Amino acid sequence: MTKYPEARKQSAVIPILWLVQKQEGWVSEPAIRAIADLLGMPKIRVLEVATFYTMFMLEPVGKTALIQVCGTTPCMLRGSLELMEVCKAEIGAKDQVSADGHFTWQEMECLGACANAPMAQINDYYYEDLTPESLKGIIEAFRRGETPKPGSYAGRHSSEPADGALTLTDPSLFDGSRAKPITALPNAKAPA
Amino acid sequence: MVGILADKDRIFTNLYGFHDWGLEGAKSRGCWNATREILQQGRDWIIDNVKASGLRGRGGAGFSTGLKWSFMPKEVGARPHYLVVNADESEPGTCKDREILRHDPHLLIEGCLIASFAMQAHAAYIYLRGEYVREREVMEEAVRQAYEAKLIGKDNVHGWDFDLYIHHGAGAYICGEETALLESLEGKKGQPRLKPPFPAGAGLYGCPTTVNNVESIAVTGTILRRGAAWFAGIGRANNTGTKLMCISGHVNKPCNVEEAMSIPLKQLLEEHCGGVRGGWGNLKAVIPGGSSVPMIPAEQCETALMDFDSLRELRSGLGTAAVIVMDKSTDLVRAIARLAYFYKHESCGQCTPCREGTGWMWRVMERMVRGDAEMKEIDLLLDVASQVEGHTICALGDAAAWPIQGLFRHFRPEVEARITSYRAGKPHVQGHAIAAE
Repeated sequence: MTKYPEARKQSAVIPILWLVQKQEGWVSEPAIRAIADLLGMPKIRVLEVATFYTMFMLEPVGKTALIQVCGTTPCMLRGSLELMEVCKAEIGAKDQVSADGHFTWQEMECLGACANAPMAQINDYYYEDLTPESLKGIIEAFRRGETPKPGSYAGRHSSEPADGALTLTDPSLFDGSRAKPITALPNAKAPA
Repeated sequence: MVGILADKDRIFTNLYGFHDWGLEGAKSRGCWNATREILQQGRDWIIDNVKASGLRGRGGAGFSTGLKWSFMPKEVGARPHYLVVNADESEPGTCKDREILRHDPHLLIEGCLIASFAMQAHAAYIYLRGEYVREREVMEEAVRQAYEAKLIGKDNVHGWDFDLYIHHGAGAYICGEETALLESLEGKKGQPRLKPPFPAGAGLYGCPTTVNNVESIAVTGTILRRGAAWFAGIGRANNTGTKLMCISGHVNKPCNVEEAMSIPLKQLLEEHCGGVRGGWGNLKAVIPGGSSVPMIPAEQCETALMDFDSLRELRSGLGTAAVIVMDKSTDLVRAIARLAYFYKHESCGQCTPCREGTGWMWRVMERMVRGDAEMKEIDLLLDVASQVEGHTICALGDAAAWPIQGLFRHFRPEVEARITSYRAGKPHVQGHAIAAE
């Protein structure tokens, strides 16, 4: 809250809602009231924010994993529909807590990792370059109580081309030569 | 060599995160080098040089960054100035800012200091999208490092008191619109404001504010270190510099890459991405600038250059340079219908044409995917699209209309054939249920 000017502490509403969700797994009605009191806002304004932003879960979700599969066109082109089939088979209906209470899956709009499509956000982190098989493996690992490693499941480091980076290979970029003091800036004004 | 740009001319040297993103690593790659000297040259020098570099905003609209900075009031009045960095990257196809946030955060922090100094702001906010949790962790740690090294903060080594805060959203595409972002930062629903007043007059908390894209801010340090002429010498006139491009969809190796502006689209796909899946001849269409711009068909991809002007001549746009490639196996109607659903989902509901129009267009598009439509509904759909376009406060209405217009501009016969084949053999009552959604 100290990030914002004193009279503007309402700015903290999204981060606080987020913290509540991290702690409880979802945002409940009493929590919304408590936030309103804390920030001196009308309750309806907090509720308004909580309903406007899609990341806030207003109902409980699976205890172990909330699986959010990106379904927007770039991921769709690379097979997100198949991923959703896996979720349906393994977990059940979309937006519903699974029978054992451990899983929920949802279809999301673009999560901004399109060069690593298809992907899903599970709890907080991104699982990228998925196939139906690897997603199945991830769900099974969660079921065993493990937390699978986020990142690419096709062996990529991040968003470089699949069989290794083609650019940024010049060693002189990384040997420290760029940290040498610059004697004169280009176009610098003559010292007065 | 692959592509046009040489490694030595790349700004984001840790794009793929193979090296240390922390302060020491960033410094060894040249970040924070001579920052103090840059500030000593003064505000006007910074703004003039950013203008001279020809840097155009990297968030999609392509407005001159230096010019935008110069709109801020010259004197600080009773209200403080703010810089807000738009890291609410959610345009489908776009994943470039994410790499800056998690792999080169110090370039962004340095850029924030320089830009804030140039606009006399003592505080800046970086608004990250809520889903970028890992990226937020990295940014917060990088900011902590910068404070600790006294690069920013009170009484820092650069002699300009400056506080930088990380704020985050919670999953709303519309918050990428600058005034919606400010609303959201103030703790409200992210609904765009009417302009004027423009943010430079009354932005965050009613104070003069400039909102810039992550990439626009992060490149400024390097531009000033290496000179405006260096940056302006890359690409074509009016389309200068380097640009992060994100290639997704049906290429053999989707990737992010920093390339020179005006690189031919074909060269970009062939050299960096291992070509289109199944060969160049298998290409059907490309959305060259994120989902909001109209697609271009394969024959135009032969000559298209990846810059603002070339793509505008093709009635598309560079947008965020997020290239979505679709090969001949793609059901284009389905692909665009999915985008229509995206815009329906993300419309903030403030303006009637967009709130109602996006849902209506999506429902009609879904029927057209099956072919369950009337021929004349195509014209009706285009008519509605043109009524949504340009009749809303922000550009989301335009962005929802353009992909549909692009589809019908180039692939109308495909939809017509689908309607015809759906109709074939079915009893046909003319006009029984035209677009009654």
